[in-house]
Amino acid sequence: MRFYSLLLCLLLASAAQAEVFEKTLSNGLKVIVKEDHRAPTVVQQIWYHAGSMDEKTGTTGVAHLLEHMMFKGTKSVPAGEFSRRIAAAGGRENAFTSYDYTAYFQQLHKSQLPLAMKLEADRMHNLDISQEEFGKEIKVVMEERRWRTDDDAHALMEERMMATAYQEHPYHNPVIGWMNDLEHMTAADARDWYKSWYEPDNATLVIAGDVDAKAVFALAQRYYGGIPAGKRLQRKPSGEQPQLGIKRITVKAPAELPYFIMAYQAPTLHDVEKDWKPYALSVLAGVLDGNESARLNKALVREQQIAISVGAGYDSTARGPSLFTLDGTPATGKTVAELEAAIRAQLQAVVRDGVSEEELKRVRAQVTAAEVYKLDSVFYQAMQIGQMESIGMSYRDIPVMLKKLQAVTAQQVQDVARDILQDDHLTVAVLDPQPLTDKNKQAKGGAAHAH
Amino acid sequence: MRTKLIPMIALCCLSFSAFATPHIQHWQSASGAQVYFVEDHDLPMLDVAVSFPAGNAYDDANKIGVAGFTHSLLDSGVQGLSEDDIARKMADTGAQLGGSFDTDRASISLRTLSSAAERDAALDILARVLQQPLFPEAVLAREKTSMIAGLKEAETKPEYLSGKAFGKAVFGTHPYGWQEEVSDVEKIQRADLENFYRTHYSAKAAVVALMGDMTRQQAEAIAQQLTANLPQGGAAVLLPQVNRKISASEQRIAHPASQSHILIGAPGIARNDPDYFPLYVGNYILGGGGFVSRLMDEVREKRGMAYSVYSYFMPMQQPGAFQIGLQTKKEQADEALKLVREILATFVEKGVTEKELIAAKQNIIGGFPLRIDSNKKILDYLSVIGFYQLPLTYLDDFTAQVDKVTTKQIRDAFKRRIDPDAMATVIVGAPE
Repeated sequence: MRFYSLLLCLLLASAAQAEVFEKTLSNGLKVIVKEDHRAPTVVQQIWYHAGSMDEKTGTTGVAHLLEHMMFKGTKSVPAGEFSRRIAAAGGRENAFTSYDYTAYFQQLHKSQLPLAMKLEADRMHNLDISQEEFGKEIKVVMEERRWRTDDDAHALMEERMMATAYQEHPYHNPVIGWMNDLEHMTAADARDWYKSWYEPDNATLVIAGDVDAKAVFALAQRYYGGIPAGKRLQRKPSGEQPQLGIKRITVKAPAELPYFIMAYQAPTLHDVEKDWKPYALSVLAGVLDGNESARLNKALVREQQIAISVGAGYDSTARGPSLFTLDGTPATGKTVAELEAAIRAQLQAVVRDGVSEEELKRVRAQVTAAEVYKLDSVFYQAMQIGQMESIGMSYRDIPVMLKKLQAVTAQQVQDVARDILQDDHLTVAVLDPQPLTDKNKQAKGGAAHAH
Repeated sequence: MRTKLIPMIALCCLSFSAFATPHIQHWQSASGAQVYFVEDHDLPMLDVAVSFPAGNAYDDANKIGVAGFTHSLLDSGVQGLSEDDIARKMADTGAQLGGSFDTDRASISLRTLSSAAERDAALDILARVLQQPLFPEAVLAREKTSMIAGLKEAETKPEYLSGKAFGKAVFGTHPYGWQEEVSDVEKIQRADLENFYRTHYSAKAAVVALMGDMTRQQAEAIAQQLTANLPQGGAAVLLPQVNRKISASEQRIAHPASQSHILIGAPGIARNDPDYFPLYVGNYILGGGGFVSRLMDEVREKRGMAYSVYSYFMPMQQPGAFQIGLQTKKEQADEALKLVREILATFVEKGVTEKELIAAKQNIIGGFPLRIDSNKKILDYLSVIGFYQLPLTYLDDFTAQVDKVTTKQIRDAFKRRIDPDAMATVIVGAPE
């Protein structure tokens, strides 16, 4: 979802990429290798540069559905067999779909990398989407939607908030898809999606772990090199026009406590050297919510006791635009309106008085330390590379971003707060909790699952 | 296709037999604490975790919830430092203070850079948090209010409602089945926290796990620094016995959710149970093995009835739960429940096939290096080995223990431990 913790976005912005090697095969597949010899394990991740934002009206959720179908068999590897072979090799595997990309991964002993590559290359080109397997898997996805969204009041509210904040950009639609679209999805929709986007020149292969880059390039050539380059659909650009005034929504769902989100339209990084606002917004999120004693928690939870919890979030890197969000749950006896006023007072204090050197220094210390801690996870380092490449940036940008983040000034934080935190660019969403005793039919995703 | 699997096993067993497990050093600190240490200078950072037998099963029956508050309020103020000072100073060093809490264990952990200034500042705060907590009245009052609101919210969530009803059905009045109520939280006093802390956070009961960039000498000093001024006290209090035999029950709880949340289970095994490995490997085949288990295959892959379906044993000091869980749309909940019960009954009655056992061993043994490929993972093993007094060779022996398991042992162990006709079932959001 779009509510990344600050830590994650700081981590994303922080890396030294000394031992990274890159090669592009003749079919356009980019291969990136990160050597890390601490343990005899390896991770393979393949990142397809297609996510839910590339979907068309009527087939929302097809990117995620296809992710599920990728485990359902090819011409030579029957349904379920991919997982069985990875499991038999001692591997762990899974996949994930976001607005921007779809990625698949396996973690194994380094001796099993050829097997994982062979299987992953096979399903890049030879997937067989049968009516029978599709019919079962679409039901699984609908169960996933019920579990993740329809029956989860906060998730439901976040879904409606995104659909309100974005009117034009496809971030309007949930990654898992609207239930109505899932109910009318066909195997042909999944096949079309696969044919459009699953091509070597629309993917990045990231291998990280106890490997030798040259040997990995040779393996990549052997297993992926024979896949023909595709004729990729031309992407049309997506945008979101500037908002012309505040938007407010209420979502009624079964819950005890209200919940509240403010989301301001915000930019993402395009030019890592010249842009400054995304860095300043990341630091602003850190000053507001980077640790337990940061401004929001200290003032609203601990001192004023207006909120049970409160947070700030911002993601500086994405293919599309971003939101600077504030969210919270009011304390017992306090209203959402009181919480909103208290959050606004904190934002106004930044706009009016700026932030202190001490606060900036604290954010920098956390960024620096996170840079070291990151090295304990090979998987995460590969993730960072894959995400950057998938959104049209480069892993080479990561150290530049770190440097720029560390150079943000107090003046920039104040300027960006004044510039971005404006009511005309704001969407406010409120969860209005409903008692369980009612049937709540209208609150559960528009009674969309009647079929 | 099948025959190709065989040479692969041989290959992976060969390559893993030479795989080095971390060298664990163990000693008793002068304070009385047990220390487990792995020295590793690859990264300029270190991890520490200090665990106590002070989970919520150690609460008094009339003071449920005190253990949890004691743990969560440790960093809410010490002599000379407010909760804000603690958080701010930790953040200034870039260190991360964390913790975990379950029925058995309360632990506090710290990840810090190993450079002297940052390390010393972070460890100094950790030492004070562990050994001089003040449990300020004002913080307790605030956190009680917040907890009460949280409990009321939780009472609307199917996961919470099913877990709570399941705990009661499986453990009866044993503390493993306790769940604090609003009325429990309301009566908690500061003195309760101080008493609980004095009784359960003693140096003699503490287990210190240390991993990363420090020498043995430094590790000895750190372990002592973190425990020397803990309360004096005897060894850990023993938990009451779990009654392993329960009779079949079924609770259907109404909820407006579109899915039914189903839990099925019974008391399982303790951490030191001799059946641990046969049940662990057997459960991988039943519902523990990701996408390839029987439950996953029958419920999700063949029928598309659920996104998530699983089973596990939760081995604890006393026998923790054996649990099967799934969520499925209301209209088909009874059909799914019937199916899962049949799968379990067949599994217990007939056991597993040789082919299934080979596949399970291939995954668990072949995947062993993934269990210890980061400092964080090794730290967690150190804590578990220390807390449950597992052999120091636990990691060295792990693959051999798995490899020894036979189909007969799995069938015997499940037959003795799991009676499909004596399971507790809870369905929240049950079909009307």
